[in-house]
Amino acid sequence: MQDTDSLRNDLLSQIAAATDAGALEQIRVSALGKKGAISELMRGLGQMSPDERKAAGPALNRLKDDVDAAIRAAREKLDEAALDARLAGERIDVTLPVLPEARGTIHPVSQVIDEVTEIFAQMGFSVAEGPDIEEDFYNFTALNIPPEHPARQMHDTFYLPERPDGTRRVLRTHTSPVQIRTMLSSKPPLRIIAPGRTFRCDSDQTHTPMFHQVEALVIDESTHMGHLKGCIEAFCRAFFEVDEVKMRFRPSYFPFTEPSAEVDIGCRRDGGELRIGEGDDWLEIMGCGMVHPKVLEHGGIDPSKYQGFAFGMGIDRIAMLKYGAPDLRAFFDSDLRWLRHYGFSSLNVPTLGQGISR
Amino acid sequence: MKFTLSWLKDHLDTTADLKTITDTLTAIGLEVESVTDNGAALAPFTVAYVQKAEPHPNADKLRVCVVETGTETVQVVCGAPNARTGMKAVFARSGLTVPGTGLTLKPSEIRGVASNGMLVSEREMGLSEAHDGIIEMPGDAPLGVPFAQVLGLDDPVIEINITPNRQDCLGVRGIARDLAAAGIGALKPAGSVSVPGTFRSLVGISLKLEGVDGAACPVFVGRTIRGVRNGPSPAWMQRRLKSIGLRPISALVDVTNYLSYDRARPLHVYDAAKLTGGIHVRVSNPGEELAALDGRTYALPEGVCVIADDAGALGLGGVMGGESSGCTPETTEVVLESALFDPVRTAYTGRMLGINSDARYRFERGVDSQYVIGGAEDATRLILEICGGEASELVIAGAVPEWSRTAEMRPDRVRTLTGIDIPAADSVRRLESLGFEAEEIGGVIQARVPSWRTDIEGEADLVEEVARIHGFHAIPSTMLPPVSETIKPAVNTRQRLVRAARRVLAARGMNEAVTWSFTSSASAALFGGGSPALALANPISADLDAMRPSVLPNLVEAAGRNADRGFTSVALFEVGPQYAGDAPEDQSTVAGGVRSGVGHQRHWSDATGPVTVFDAKADALAVLDALGAATANLRIATDAPGWFHPGRSGRLMLGPKNCLAQFGELHPKVLKALDVKGPVVAFEVFVDNIPVKERKRTSKPALTASPFQAVERDFAFIVGQAVTAHDVMNAASGADKLLIESVSLFDVYDGPGVGDGNKSLAIAVRLQPTDRTLTDADIDAVSKKIVAAVEKATGGKLRG
Repeated sequence: MQDTDSLRNDLLSQIAAATDAGALEQIRVSALGKKGAISELMRGLGQMSPDERKAAGPALNRLKDDVDAAIRAAREKLDEAALDARLAGERIDVTLPVLPEARGTIHPVSQVIDEVTEIFAQMGFSVAEGPDIEEDFYNFTALNIPPEHPARQMHDTFYLPERPDGTRRVLRTHTSPVQIRTMLSSKPPLRIIAPGRTFRCDSDQTHTPMFHQVEALVIDESTHMGHLKGCIEAFCRAFFEVDEVKMRFRPSYFPFTEPSAEVDIGCRRDGGELRIGEGDDWLEIMGCGMVHPKVLEHGGIDPSKYQGFAFGMGIDRIAMLKYGAPDLRAFFDSDLRWLRHYGFSSLNVPTLGQGISR
Repeated sequence: MKFTLSWLKDHLDTTADLKTITDTLTAIGLEVESVTDNGAALAPFTVAYVQKAEPHPNADKLRVCVVETGTETVQVVCGAPNARTGMKAVFARSGLTVPGTGLTLKPSEIRGVASNGMLVSEREMGLSEAHDGIIEMPGDAPLGVPFAQVLGLDDPVIEINITPNRQDCLGVRGIARDLAAAGIGALKPAGSVSVPGTFRSLVGISLKLEGVDGAACPVFVGRTIRGVRNGPSPAWMQRRLKSIGLRPISALVDVTNYLSYDRARPLHVYDAAKLTGGIHVRVSNPGEELAALDGRTYALPEGVCVIADDAGALGLGGVMGGESSGCTPETTEVVLESALFDPVRTAYTGRMLGINSDARYRFERGVDSQYVIGGAEDATRLILEICGGEASELVIAGAVPEWSRTAEMRPDRVRTLTGIDIPAADSVRRLESLGFEAEEIGGVIQARVPSWRTDIEGEADLVEEVARIHGFHAIPSTMLPPVSETIKPAVNTRQRLVRAARRVLAARGMNEAVTWSFTSSASAALFGGGSPALALANPISADLDAMRPSVLPNLVEAAGRNADRGFTSVALFEVGPQYAGDAPEDQSTVAGGVRSGVGHQRHWSDATGPVTVFDAKADALAVLDALGAATANLRIATDAPGWFHPGRSGRLMLGPKNCLAQFGELHPKVLKALDVKGPVVAFEVFVDNIPVKERKRTSKPALTASPFQAVERDFAFIVGQAVTAHDVMNAASGADKLLIESVSLFDVYDGPGVGDGNKSLAIAVRLQPTDRTLTDADIDAVSKKIVAAVEKATGGKLRG
């Protein structure tokens, strides 16, 4: 058995010395191949007596297994070393910047319309729409503003050219015509908001020729100014995301509501920051009132049976207040710096469950 | 509307302080815009006596004054030329901040002489621009007393915002009445005392409006006052007029202005010596002109109401008087006018001529028809008091219109409309405090409307009056009851799609802009618009004079502006309206966008390059996909409108006519006209054209996932240059609709080897069997079908 021991030692030292896969393969062939040393010895078993074979067989098998295992282990080690070497060679500078992906944004006006819609949806309102180019009837007459009414001067109206029939269309000066269109197209009870573009022929630091309003209209048999107050308070708390909003209703005048009121919310300037809902200053945020009986009549609704409230609020204005954007004109200037700064991520969809804004 | 506190107290007997008064004004709907309380601001500045004023040892123009302040004697260095020994002046002690300059005084040394405090000018007190010298106080002014009090400058000025319905509050008395109704004191009585005439007026007055418009001027009350002296009006009147921003002119004119603000009663005085014949009211004649009191000459449009004498127009009824008959210091005999003018015609005249006057402001809102004669009497009394003279009998042309209006209110309507529970008796009391004659008869409150409240027409108006005076703070905050048991969406499907379009484009890295609905006519014309029907009659500026026919022109210009600011990559979109006409159905919602510059910033990976038409096409398809349009079924037409590059643009068509979107590079001519550097690519998705499928159920169709291996095979075809990718892919997909799951195009080659005028298009076809694993024979068979279909449809050949 001296033979196998020296063969084992010889082979194992050869394996340990092998530096690449080719050398290992040669060793494998020389030992375990058809004509390899171990295979030769295995073949010699056939000529042995049963007793001899009983002694030599297991030893040979052990030798074969050991050599085979040693070759495998050595091969694995070599593979590992080769992989390490390859990986080392593949090292790159992972601090290199990635390909920049443009961050898209939603405009604050769209975002705030979505926020407002979400809040009013909770109170059972649905969204109604009307055209930007309006007939005089919907924008004025049906809203109890006859042609020579001084209130028309409160609206710096944009006019389109006179039509062949002598009428002139206007760019709607408020979202209130949607009240009339809604009354004429659906039956009470009504509970709608109408956000949209509005236009006045005015341009300075705080006025732009186009701006956005949201109109609200509730018509049923029993809604009164208390509901109007409750609705606006609930809205302001949800929108400005505060627990309490200091608020006052001032009597005012709009031809299409009676009684009419303007709503101020309390505010305080804290350094450069405007705090909404508290403090001793007042900010006017909307006009509102009980729908005028004549307006109901123009909308085909019986004022002896139905009543309700309406209000109109500046979207851009509440966006400025909530998000601290100082200049109205910048809203419509499409300056990328502004859009990226004040805009919202597309994933930031306002919901009541996850928060109106984040 | 401005007035002072003391003026208010002429009509209102009250002990309320300024803050209570102003808070109440706002609370009852007379919104306070500003309060200027000079008395409080100027209180620390007091009367002082200049005991001695001597030349400064080191400066020619300065004086060293010894000043007695009433509590101490201080030395003040003063540069005013009128500073002199023995005068009384206004002293500001050290530590005070001078309102006109904002500087805080401290003891100092001026050219080596100690100075403690300051003698001040009007400008330093913020009273005027006068800075020629220090304020000189009367010799009898008591030392140490606030100078503003001595000069009567401590009368707080209140400015309120009067809504168009409250013409009665364009006079101080109306404001006092509202305050009294709200519990702030008592309204003082103000019966007009008639002034008996001592002679018959020689100036005849007549209305020549027959057959024209009798309503233009129903009544004209006049009277001659002779022997007047027209000097400056008294100091108290001047002070009040100045406080509210009016310039005192002369006693006669000031009286008319004063009553205009005191009683909301516009008046006019004519210099009788300058009249030719009698005064009459008529409408303007063609070609007539008037030199008005504002120094301008107006060509009168036809049909305006004119006051005239035999020589021509004297003034515009209810709007403004004329220069020729105006009163001057030499005037000794006047004709006073107190008339009624039609609101509509007055507004028309003012608007046509662009004249805004206190008279127009009041007449177009409707003045009190029952105070025409009273106004004339009150004015006469003031004129006689101030200017002397004697008054003629009144001359009344026309007649004071009858006033009788009753409004009814069911007492419970206050509660059902406002939520405030007010007993009927309280409502009656509130209305009476406002001048209504009210009583409850048979469960209904009958309210006779006072003549100055032309705005009150019906029940809702009375409810507002009661609630307003009671106070809107009492409105109980009440939650709206739920409208339905079910939670329903607030937006309909189409509105949801419009919102989705925004989110998709922002998610693609684009920035949403909101641009004007207008553009310039020139830009509108470039984008298929510019029709005269959509040009604004009164644009805010020439570059915003037309309704936009597309969302693109404003976006392209915005992209240009941003590029000019140094942005190398711009991607803007807007989801908003475009206008094809002026009817509601001509307005449609478009999701449009532009990309310009490079698709990405410069990057070390070299993955940069200018934007291409395919960027815009991808945007359009992404929107369509998100909005549920079946993009795979769309036909791509190459006839995009003229603002696109004719060879690099397309339209995505559903069926033969319905264009869902268009995209392309913008035409270089358009970019040049808009002065924007290219390339700029753009897309317009016509959201309203996408068919909306209302969902019938929430469940999705069952998933069919085949257990059998899918196979992908590549084919390259040599086709003519005119053959489109769409033709090849369409033909391939149609070859076996059951087996072919998708076709994609992965290579376009038109270099050597494919023949002139040809190109090679390589496609990958994915086969998905559903019933068994495909054999080689199956794949060969379908491959043959694909090749045959493409060759037949395109005239091309499989590339060998």
